[in-house]
This record gives sequence, C-alpha cells and structure tokens, in this order.
Amino acid sequence: MWMIRFSWKNMWRNRHRTMISIGAIFFAVILSVLTSSLQDGVFDNLIKNVVSFYSGYIQIHKEGYWDEQILDNSFEESAAIEQKILEQQNVVTIAPRLESFALVSSGVVTKGCMVTGISPERENSITDIQDKLIEGIYLAEDDQNVLLAKGLLDRLNLKLHDTLVVIGQGYHGATAAGKYVVKGILKFGSPDLNDQALFMTLSAARQLYSAENMLTSYVLSLKTTESSELAATGQNIRTVLGESYEVMTWEEMMPDIIQHIETDKASMYIIQGILYLLICFGIFGTLLMMMVERRFEMGMLVAIGMKKIKLIQLLLIESVLTVLTGCLLGILASVPVVYYLHRYPIRFTGDVARVYEEFGFEAVFPTSLDGHIFVSQGIIVLVIGLVLSFYPMVKVIQLNPVTAMKK
Amino acid sequence: MKTVIDAHNVCKTFNPDTIPVYAVKNVHLHLERGEFTALVGPSGSGKTTLLNLIGGLDKPDKGEILIDGVNITALSPNELIDFRLHNIGFVFQSFNLVPVLTARENVELIMQLQNKKRVDIEKRVFGLFQQIELKDKMDVRPSQLSGGQQQRIAVARALASKPQFVLADEPTANLDSKSAANLLDIMAKLNQEENITFIFSTHDARVIERARRVVTLVDGQIFSDTARVETETEHSGLASRN
Repeated sequence: MWMIRFSWKNMWRNRHRTMISIGAIFFAVILSVLTSSLQDGVFDNLIKNVVSFYSGYIQIHKEGYWDEQILDNSFEESAAIEQKILEQQNVVTIAPRLESFALVSSGVVTKGCMVTGISPERENSITDIQDKLIEGIYLAEDDQNVLLAKGLLDRLNLKLHDTLVVIGQGYHGATAAGKYVVKGILKFGSPDLNDQALFMTLSAARQLYSAENMLTSYVLSLKTTESSELAATGQNIRTVLGESYEVMTWEEMMPDIIQHIETDKASMYIIQGILYLLICFGIFGTLLMMMVERRFEMGMLVAIGMKKIKLIQLLLIESVLTVLTGCLLGILASVPVVYYLHRYPIRFTGDVARVYEEFGFEAVFPTSLDGHIFVSQGIIVLVIGLVLSFYPMVKVIQLNPVTAMKK
Repeated sequence: MKTVIDAHNVCKTFNPDTIPVYAVKNVHLHLERGEFTALVGPSGSGKTTLLNLIGGLDKPDKGEILIDGVNITALSPNELIDFRLHNIGFVFQSFNLVPVLTARENVELIMQLQNKKRVDIEKRVFGLFQQIELKDKMDVRPSQLSGGQQQRIAVARALASKPQFVLADEPTANLDSKSAANLLDIMAKLNQEENITFIFSTHDARVIERARRVVTLVDGQIFSDTARVETETEHSGLASRN
C-alpha cells in the first residue's frame, strides 16, 4: 500500500509534466476511440444499407443460381422448405423473392434495372422497405403497380403516378413485358440500389416473367448477425436443405464489401498507428525527463537499500497510474461524444455527398456504440504506456548509485 | 570493543585501461563500535571513494572489506543492497531526502523496505524524531525545512534501520555554522549515549574538531590516523594503535 501512496506522490511531484502526460493520453484515447467508433459505425451503416436493406443476411437459391443469375435457375416456392428454414434457432423470418434484370422505359429514356418481386408484408418485416418510401403508397399484396428507387426515377425523368414499361426475358425464354404505374418512390442509402431498384409484388413479377409459383431466392433475417453465428446458421440450413439449394451468407454474396472494409480498415490502422506513435513520443518524452530529473534520487534510494526490483515496481505503478488516469478520463469523455455522434451522425451534403455516393457510400457517418471499442482502445494505450515503462526499468537495472549521485 | 569495519589492502583504480587514477591504494582500516571518525584530506584524496567502498556502494579492485565479519566484497549486487539496508546508514551531502515524502515518511521508508510492522515503525520513528529534536516537523515536506533540519532528518533515516554504523559524506558541507554545530551535537550525542558508530568524510574543520579519530588520506593512501585521547579516555585503545 505504501508503494502505491509513494507512487501517487511521485506522480504529482511535477504537476505540469503529469498533466501534460495525462492530457496527451486523454486526447489520444478520445481520438482513437472516435476514429475506431466512426470506422465501425460507417461500416455497420454500409452493411446495414446493403445487407439488411436489400440482400438480407442469408439467401437461399437453387444450386448454381449465384453463378448464373437467370430465371431458369429459379425454384418452386414450397411451404415445406420454408418450415425447415424457420425451424432453425437463429432464423427470425423469411421473405420470398423473384428477381431478374429488365429494361425499364419512360418513353424517352430507357435504363437497365433490377426488378424484384416481393411479398410486401414479409419483405417489409425483413428489410423495413416501407421506411424507405419518400413519396406515394407502399404495395398491397395483390398490387399491380410498382415502387421505384429515386435515382432510377430521376434518370427516367418520371414522377409519382407516371407510367413506365418493363421489357425483358422471362422464364424459359418467354418475353416479359408490362406497363406499370409508379405507386411509390423509395430512397436507399446505397447508391447502387438507388439507381436500379424496381419493386413489384411477387404475383406481378411472376406474371411479368411467366414464372408461375417460382422464386429466385428466400431472404432471411436473423437474431444474431455476428460473423461466426452467421456462418453456423448458414451451415445448419445447408445441412437441412441438401445439395439442391445454395445457402449463402451476405459475406459470401458480397465479398467486394468485405474487401472494401478490410482495405479501409487497413488505412485506418495506419492513421491510428500514427496516433499511437504520437502518444508514444508524448509518454516517452515524459519518461526521459523524469529519469534525468530523478537520477540522483534513484541512486540515493538504491544506496540506502531499496532493491532495484522495488524501484522498478515503484516506477511501473507510477506509469500505470498516469496512463490509467489518462485512459479512464479519455474513455469517460469520449462516451458522450460518441453517443452524440451516434444519435446525430455527421452528414455530408452537396458535392462531397456525391463523391461518397460515387464510391458506393452513403454520405452519413454515424459512430458505433460497441463497448469493445472503448475497452480495446483503453487497453491499447495502457499497453503502450506499459511497454514504454521498459525504458525506466532498463535504466534502473543499469543504475549505479555512485555515478547516479555524482553531480 | 567489537570490530565493525575491517578493511585490508583495499585498492580502487578508475579508468584502468586509459589514464588510470589510483583513488584508493593499499588502505588498511580498522574501526570499532562506537567510534566517531572523520576521514579527511584534500579534494581527490580518495575520501568519498573509500567511504563508498566501506558502504558497499562500490567494489574494490583489490583487497577485502569485512563489516561485522561479513566480507562485503564477495557479495552480489543484490545481496549488497540488502546488506546496506540492514547494516549501514547513509547521510549524503545534499538532496538527501525524497522531496515528495514528509519528514516522517522519509524516515519510515527504510523500515518499510525492511518490512517492519506498522506499530514498530511508528514507535521507532517517534523515538528518532525525539532524538533529533524535530518532533514538530514530522509531517512537513523537506522543502519546508532548513538545510540543517533536512540533514537531521537524514540522520534519523540513517538510524531507522538500526545499522552497524553510519556513513556521512560531507554532511555539513552545505550548512551554516549554527546548523552544522546543531547537527554535530546530535550525532555526538547519539554516539555517546547509544554508542552509534559514525564515519564522516569531510573538509570541514568543525567536524574534524569534534571527531575522536581523524584518518587523513593523501593520494588515496592513509597519511595519518590520529585518536583524540585527551578528551575521550575511553578510546585509549585506539590511541595505542597509532
């Protein structure tokens, strides 16, 4: 106990120096928590935009569909299969889809689009698609109208209640053509979706593509979406459904997103590395000064009988107390900042937003409230402090009381 | 009389590979319990080096030093630190105390390093502050004390571990006459009343005057070793050695 008291007193022997050290650690922790939290928040948002708003966390297709996404690789809707899937513990709900590409024309302008036939109610329970509606009315179960994404609507120079024509290839080579009224306008976070999504009811899509009772996919929502749980659920469903179906997690369907996240994380690690390096210099500078200032005193303590291991313990406790104080204060201060930025995320508009959208990002930067960020950043800074404490340790081991006490 | 320090043929050379400086040459020194000895000599004569060797802070190149029968030249660095903690008290010229600790905590430090019980520590500390006549300054920091008071606290700290002897390296060098006299009075009193052995290295005539034995070093060798038999008859044994 006296060692801790002694260390605490030593820590405050030079208030300014200690305050500078604690301040450096404090701001470093805030910055590193914020960058990590922003990074995770942006990626969570990206995944949410792309995965939960469209692809779902797991999709089930007919074997071979993913490699060749044509209607001929569709499968028949089956209550028995749905039941088998819903029996899986992690599965919350399931929504059927019939998807295919087509050309959509407003008369003057023609664009390629992704036509998705959905069960309005079940789809909404997974993707909350109704929340994306910015104008008009959501689809009814037997609707023959369509919902159009805002980007596509603008490209086609259409408005709500305008009529459009869809032309494409149907099931087994049949011609697909239909005329539809825009009943609602959707706005997605993902620019890709925003520029090519067209939704209609499953029955309308089946009619358009001449694919009676057929589906291209089941989209699943899960209780737990962590990577390991996701993979385990996928594997369980694979086992239950057998080889006629392919069960794919969002990570398998969209490896480019994973790749993108990994690349972005790597660049963020470099920024954080620079931040940690600055912390290192800050703490190390303080340690250097401290060792020079206290050289005589340390020599004197060893001379009167303080074992070097005891002196090392004393310095280690000082370092831990300093770093811990800075870390705790930094974490405490970062909590409200992170929370605020989570509730009211940074939102870019105008040209900056357009640049982000061109890269496939929604220009919204929410922070993540994941507790492990606070803990891990605190631990990293603490470890840096402890690693740097090796310097005074080495100096103490090399300390010769006679030379240390020479003026 | 019990022998406390027995140094045989002690040599210490600095920079042996370049320009050797023979700091201590073939020194034989024998000190007994209760002595009040001053090591004197001009600057560079080897006083502090000899004190460091006796105190186990440095190792001789040749010869051996026995403290209470233990050959400290054969001890490992860690054993030496432990030996110093339990057997030798130190008073340095200045910057003697830990500035962040109070006077009481500075004295307690030694006993805490010895893992003494709290109750024993408190009893001993109170007694020591009584002896150095600074009971009212127990809870103040060194910066609030005069140089003389700080040195008295240093003496109390040196005595806290109940050492075999106290080594004081120019303890009065930075003190005014009154503070120096006061410090010497206290050390002399402790020496006479409790038979504590003191060895000083000093230039200070005031210390030399009070010492009962004066060992003069010149160029690392003992030039003279004189006992003051006229004032301290009980140390006549010492005089007979000279």
